[in-house]
Amino acid sequence: MPQTFHRSTNTLSKLSIFGALFLIVGSLFVIAEINRSGYVTQAGIAREQPVPFSHQHHVGGMGVDCRYCHTTVETSATASIPPTKTCMNCHSQIWSQSPTLEPVRASFRTGQSIEWTRVNDLPDFAYFNHSAHVNKGVGCTTCHGPVDRMPLMWQYASLQMEWCLDCHRNPERYVRPKEEVFSVSWQPPPDQLEQGRALVKQYGIQTRTSCSTCHR
Amino acid sequence: MSDAREVPAVRVDLSGVRRRLDGTQGRTYWKSLEELARTPEFLEFLHREFPQQASEFDDPQGRREFLTVMGASLALAGLVGCTKQPEEKIVPYVQPPEQVVPGKPLFFATAMLDQGYAKGILVESHLGRPTKIEGNPDHPASLGATDAAGQAWVLGLYDPDRSQTLSYRGEIRAWSDFLAAMRNAMAVQRPRQGVGLRILTETVTSPSLAAQLQELLADMPAAKWHQWEPAGGGASAMAQAVGGPRSVQYRFDQADVILSLDADFVMDGPASLRYVREYTARRKRPAEAPMNRLYVVETTPSPTGAIADHRLPLRPSEMEGFARAVSSAMGGGAAGAGGAAGAGGSAAWAAAVAKDLQAHAGRSLVLAGDYQPAAVHALAHEMNQRLGNVGQTVVYGAPVEARPVDPMASLAELTADMKAGRVEVLLVLGSNPAYSAPVDLGFAEAMDKVKLRVHLGLYEDETAALCHWHIPQAHALESWGDARAFDGTATIMQPLIAPLYESARSAHEVLAAFSSRPDRKGHDVVKDFWRTQLGGDFEQAWRRALHDGVVTGWTGPVGAGGAATASTATTSPTAATAAPPASAGAGLEIAFRPDPTIHDGRYANLGWLQELPKPITKLTWDNAAMIAPATAARLGVNNNDVVELKYRGRTVRAPVWTLPGQAEDTVTVHLGYGRTRAGRVGNGAGFDANLIRTSDAPWAGRGLEVARTGEKKTLACTQDHWSIDQNAEARHVIRPTTVDDYAKEPERIKELTEVPPRDETLYSNYKYPGHAWGMSIDLNSCVGCGACVVACVAENNIPVVGREQVARGREMHWLRVDRYFSGQPERAETITAHFQPLPCQQCENAPCEQVCPVAATTHSDEGLNDQVYNRCIGTRYCQNNCPYKVRRFNFFLYQDWTTATLKLQRNPDVTVRSRGVMEKCTYCVQRIEQARITAHNESREIRDGEIQTACQSACPGEAIVFGDVNDPNSRVSRLKSQHRDYSLLGEINTRPRTTYLAEVKNPNPEIPAAPGPEGSEHHG
Repeated sequence: MPQTFHRSTNTLSKLSIFGALFLIVGSLFVIAEINRSGYVTQAGIAREQPVPFSHQHHVGGMGVDCRYCHTTVETSATASIPPTKTCMNCHSQIWSQSPTLEPVRASFRTGQSIEWTRVNDLPDFAYFNHSAHVNKGVGCTTCHGPVDRMPLMWQYASLQMEWCLDCHRNPERYVRPKEEVFSVSWQPPPDQLEQGRALVKQYGIQTRTSCSTCHR
Repeated sequence: MSDAREVPAVRVDLSGVRRRLDGTQGRTYWKSLEELARTPEFLEFLHREFPQQASEFDDPQGRREFLTVMGASLALAGLVGCTKQPEEKIVPYVQPPEQVVPGKPLFFATAMLDQGYAKGILVESHLGRPTKIEGNPDHPASLGATDAAGQAWVLGLYDPDRSQTLSYRGEIRAWSDFLAAMRNAMAVQRPRQGVGLRILTETVTSPSLAAQLQELLADMPAAKWHQWEPAGGGASAMAQAVGGPRSVQYRFDQADVILSLDADFVMDGPASLRYVREYTARRKRPAEAPMNRLYVVETTPSPTGAIADHRLPLRPSEMEGFARAVSSAMGGGAAGAGGAAGAGGSAAWAAAVAKDLQAHAGRSLVLAGDYQPAAVHALAHEMNQRLGNVGQTVVYGAPVEARPVDPMASLAELTADMKAGRVEVLLVLGSNPAYSAPVDLGFAEAMDKVKLRVHLGLYEDETAALCHWHIPQAHALESWGDARAFDGTATIMQPLIAPLYESARSAHEVLAAFSSRPDRKGHDVVKDFWRTQLGGDFEQAWRRALHDGVVTGWTGPVGAGGAATASTATTSPTAATAAPPASAGAGLEIAFRPDPTIHDGRYANLGWLQELPKPITKLTWDNAAMIAPATAARLGVNNNDVVELKYRGRTVRAPVWTLPGQAEDTVTVHLGYGRTRAGRVGNGAGFDANLIRTSDAPWAGRGLEVARTGEKKTLACTQDHWSIDQNAEARHVIRPTTVDDYAKEPERIKELTEVPPRDETLYSNYKYPGHAWGMSIDLNSCVGCGACVVACVAENNIPVVGREQVARGREMHWLRVDRYFSGQPERAETITAHFQPLPCQQCENAPCEQVCPVAATTHSDEGLNDQVYNRCIGTRYCQNNCPYKVRRFNFFLYQDWTTATLKLQRNPDVTVRSRGVMEKCTYCVQRIEQARITAHNESREIRDGEIQTACQSACPGEAIVFGDVNDPNSRVSRLKSQHRDYSLLGEINTRPRTTYLAEVKNPNPEIPAAPGPEGSEHHG
């Protein structure tokens, strides 16, 4: 009885089986990468704002402390976007005629808030608390990146859960001395892991990865 | 009636029930007659974890087609996860208000009103939005607790059906138009001294509002002020007994023996929260401190009857005779000793009670219920005097109401004036007499005779519909005011938010419209009044009073406008000897009571209260004609049968609810239902019992006839929902015992079931180096009021699902209060009722965690069974595997995501769940995390008692205690170390973190209990 299939069918079938496997794994990898990319997470994309506020100028250039504007970062879940009044503390004196700042003056005149576009936007089912992190040695730039070099603000990290868990599982990799929390120039020392472990112990940092830590 | 699904009614066969009971050993506990008879409906609830039709696919599209469509959507659903988040805006302040920190709530002290009386509250405010009510620990009527209505108070503010615009004959008008109209009307009235002006308010304890009214009456002396309170009148009945209006305070902490003559003191009245606290404080340590003893005589089972050590069901007409029998057994002069109380062995009962009371003279207490006639009040007063309780456990004081009147007499007088055409201008402030007045007064018809009718109310209700002008009332959380508590303590009520609707006005502002300064703001009226009252540095005293929620050092109005004398004719205590009211015919007796959740109808549009199961019946969304099982069997009616109640020539149709423990030959109906203009929630729910209620006998009467109609209406009752099959395998879900048995064998409660040793598990035991959260629920302190359930709803954004969904067993309450009966259903006097609040037990070996395919429910490092809503895909395996049945599934999008005002109420710290998601109690994990962060920010550990779950903080009896079980000195650990601590279903090795303290009764050995309590029987 002659062979029903040609000998090359063996190769073809092996190729298609492993090829399909490769294709599936490959496409899963591609999907995962797309999901992690800035296209989905919007990390690294500068956002347009009603007033082109520059952290580069205010933080990097003038050296304004983070807490001058983000007043509640040490006490509350939210760091707070400053009220118009905070802008006007200075801008009623300097650049008081600048057309760029007209929306700020208009807001102050009319009592209508400026509507800023949210840059770092966690999903509503994740409850993040700034004060809990800032008081335990997690610096602003650890999550928000080099804000002193951002003319317009962009999201630095992916804000995905794996990113959160990376630090929640291994806080020693990221914590810094409390006095350096608001420093934009702080860089991890060469022996960060060692120093980090000491700080974790000193600050009583818990590696909290229970679901209810963030999801309620 | 219009029900989507008709439950095939299987008549509960009482003889079968009796046979079952006879065959059992010891005492059995059951949730319903259906459970006792093991009807098919009950077994379905018992064995099918999922409610009716939940797991059936009965879509006409067909299963195959459904799978095809679903396959495609599931494939696409994965991609949905890749979408970008929509852009959000941040809207900061322009000028930041002082004290407001975004993300941190503020608490403000104010008060809620219960029939005009203040109950102190603290209101949580998130960025200016009041979201949650807590009790004010500094307020004498709250002591930190709230009731169910207090919890729902905030929903009333955001109710989208509230009236929003000022109108004249249905057309929108401006406030200035109203002022002009009133100016014209007063121009006619003032020269005639206001002879045609009538003002109708609810009970007024507000000193500033009273001062305004007095001022108005001084300006127009011929005008009259009437007060109407549908469920009031108790105070005036007492006034007749004690010879003039008085406030009364009972000292439950001083009372060893208490006799309640139909007084539901744990649910009713302005001091109920305090009374529960004082009463339960004497029952917390039954092994160490002597317990108090409570006797309750009542017609309809109430929470007070359930917590009593002895309960005697009596018909309303027998109540006075019984009181007389007790009084004469103590040597009282009342004639006809025991004459009316002879039947059913109640004479022996009365004698035993009298003996016990006398043995504790000066440390006993006799209370008469608010719905009892003056004669019963007089007997109670006489007994208290004889026992030397007055001044000890009963303290009379100056009246708290600005002008104590009998509301029924007051409304009757007003209606008579209206009918006679003597009323030209009627100003109704907040009251809704067109709905709530007894039918014989004919209030609604009399309205036609009044030329100008003005109504101020939260809703465009039945009365608003009959008025020319309607002014939307500003809610108490958005206006200034003041009120006094049961003991006279004043609270200045401050607004938490500006009125949601521009034209809303408070009663103060509307009354100001009739004064020389018509545009005065409520704030000015209230503050100017208190300026005359508070000495010293006024601004400081004012701020202090606002901050504390009580005005310290102020005992009553000073200057003009003090408490006016009552217009009620007072009679001497000898009225007690008058004969009981002559019978108005044979047949059944009827009793009217305000509803335990929606009260007299004022809360009818609050879904939280409509859906809260009523403490004893566990009915939701409806009232019913409650009948004893034996009486129902005699009448040939059963649950859900619609009957015609014929009483004094008027009829109303009502569904029947057979209620074990109800006095035989009586029917009890609740007021507050059958509203026609309550709003979308309250309209059409239940029947209007006011339609057969008459003003001469507002609370009880004889001569009721019950006729079958053949119709049926399925009532949404939750008593069989989430049932645990406890009797079949001797689960000992509840373990009531007596103080003697407990003293003899303290270990016995724990030993009723065998809990496997800790190592007996295939899984490795968790370790908790830090905190390990746990809860203790004291069943001896639970009064079943349901405040915890509504507190949970408010705190955790739990949706209201509606009547039909409840009937299918889909209510979403994370915390339920199970009510068990015991005794023989056809013998009301043998029935006892027991409560058991059941939140998630937070098992160590949690059956739910092991079956979730996506790890949406996991064990936290502190022992909570976390539920991650965003990860849940809705397989419901966890619910299927939960032996306690405490998980709830969103079968539909129950949450209202569109109504703007309701969004304002939501707790921003808790996810608002969508359709297809499982949810459950998490010990208020948002509060745990908040406390942890606060503590750690302050570089300290969490203190014991710092975290209070929502249910715990609402509970008036302090029955629920939460804390760290790793700490042996924490309050919860100390409670759990009592011998009466037991794990529910501990024998299946779930190791629940929530444990119960068994109920311990303190019966009088001279009164034999019907079947022996469980502790005295032996189970195999």
